[in-house]
Amino acid sequence: MIEPILIARKLVHSFGGLTAVNNVSIDCRVGEIHALIGPNGAGKTTLINLLSGDLQVNAGNILFEGNEITGLKSYQISQRGIARSYQKSNIFLMFTAFENCRLAAQSRLPHSMHFFLNPDTCSAVNEVAHAALATAGLSGRIDTIAGALSHGERRQLEVAMTLATVPKLLLLDEPLAGMGADESTRMVELLRKLSANHSILVVEHDVDAIFAMADVLTVMVNGMVLASGSPDSIRSDPKVQSAYFGVSGV
Amino acid sequence: MAIFAMSLDLLIGYTGLVSLGHAAFFGLAGYLLAFAAPEFQPANLWTSLFLTMMFCAIFASVIGFITLRTSGIYFIMVTLAISQMLYFFIHDSKVAGGSDGVYIYMRPDATFFGWKPFDLENISDFYYFTLTLLVLTYCFLRALVRSVFGRVLSGIRLNESRMNSLGYPTFRYKVICFVFSGTLAGVAGYLSAAQFGVVNPDMLGWHMSGNVLVMVILGGMGTLLGPAMGAFILLLLELIFQTLPSIGGVNLSKHWHLFMGGAIVLVALFLPAGVAGLIRGKSQTRQPIDD
Repeated sequence: MIEPILIARKLVHSFGGLTAVNNVSIDCRVGEIHALIGPNGAGKTTLINLLSGDLQVNAGNILFEGNEITGLKSYQISQRGIARSYQKSNIFLMFTAFENCRLAAQSRLPHSMHFFLNPDTCSAVNEVAHAALATAGLSGRIDTIAGALSHGERRQLEVAMTLATVPKLLLLDEPLAGMGADESTRMVELLRKLSANHSILVVEHDVDAIFAMADVLTVMVNGMVLASGSPDSIRSDPKVQSAYFGVSGV
Repeated sequence: MAIFAMSLDLLIGYTGLVSLGHAAFFGLAGYLLAFAAPEFQPANLWTSLFLTMMFCAIFASVIGFITLRTSGIYFIMVTLAISQMLYFFIHDSKVAGGSDGVYIYMRPDATFFGWKPFDLENISDFYYFTLTLLVLTYCFLRALVRSVFGRVLSGIRLNESRMNSLGYPTFRYKVICFVFSGTLAGVAGYLSAAQFGVVNPDMLGWHMSGNVLVMVILGGMGTLLGPAMGAFILLLLELIFQTLPSIGGVNLSKHWHLFMGGAIVLVALFLPAGVAGLIRGKSQTRQPIDD
């Protein structure tokens, strides 16, 4: 089996008295879609926030490509090659789709302060941005103001922006939320395609989509990992059936 | 004043940082010129301008480093507090003439290695010198906001946390923006002090900060020409209202503040994009869209 690119061990995070993430360990591998499921309030998004550096862990440690990244700021983690998308579309509504991606892509310029460099002239950055849009299926909407995109397109743009930072690991928080059936199918295909050379950790509620794309499933309940394993083993796990799918099973 | 307004617009219009302490740099620069000038003798223009800019840049980086840890309304309060500290320090201590201020008897001398290209004591030379600096500032800021760096600043204004997760150290960007802005405000303060020949604590008080904020709003945030025009318009309105004739025994010019306030309220109500927004026309104004 391939070595995991991300190893998180015994992560803990509390909001006041509520322990949202309690002793959670998780591995992610390149070529693998790891799906994180669980009822609302199980701590899935908090876990994503811990891995992306948006929140700091109270205990536990995170290794990425063998290096300790625990306690790094979100921009440092992004620079290491972990990109995240948000549950609620978090894009620059006043910019065009292309500008959104270019902004993401230019964060990879070797040094960050370019006071007088006109972004139109950085062909490398523009190429990355175009490629990311094309991969996410937004080639036709390049010059559309992001605020004028449909909900599904905004979700695609959200993924395109993460791709434009050329990440190795994608943390996707409900990329299918609110999407129609067609759009969902396309997004699942996109993620399958991306998983060939990326590691993907995806939070999702759509059970059909999860079983269609995931290689590994982790079920969280009340901040703890209830079960983790292949889709088949999860489906037949009695604990998961009672906690998540209802007592009757699927 | 237009340079001053444009420097603040870099902070507010492009990066979304509303500062109520911007006059601190303006006034500080004026005092630096006053100190640089030996009494009854002119200071050298080039060295004193350079030193003023350097000092303002250093001051801005220190202030920025402290204040930029806060955001939103707290940032406004902290910048206000720091500029008021400076105001009362100058106002109540003897180092800089207290509340009377300091006189600068001679305008800076433009001699450069024995070569004197122009004489600032000559009113038209001074005008063209200021105009040149204004155009330079405009070109500098225009290039800056259109650069990769400028795009990042806009991104920070719209959504700072997203910029972080895209891998931008946003704090560093904000501090550098603050330094640029403070340094240019220093240039403006230097010129103002040289023009009027006097600096007093009012130059760094919150009243001045509020004034320049009004210029930016009046002219239009997020445009560069807007705040420059805002500066002219504000000064022009001030002049017009101060010279109003007395009608029916009521001396209108005495109550010029009333008209001034009314005019600003009208602009805020009917021209939220400022005068620049009026010129650009409605077709091109990008309305922010709610999610």
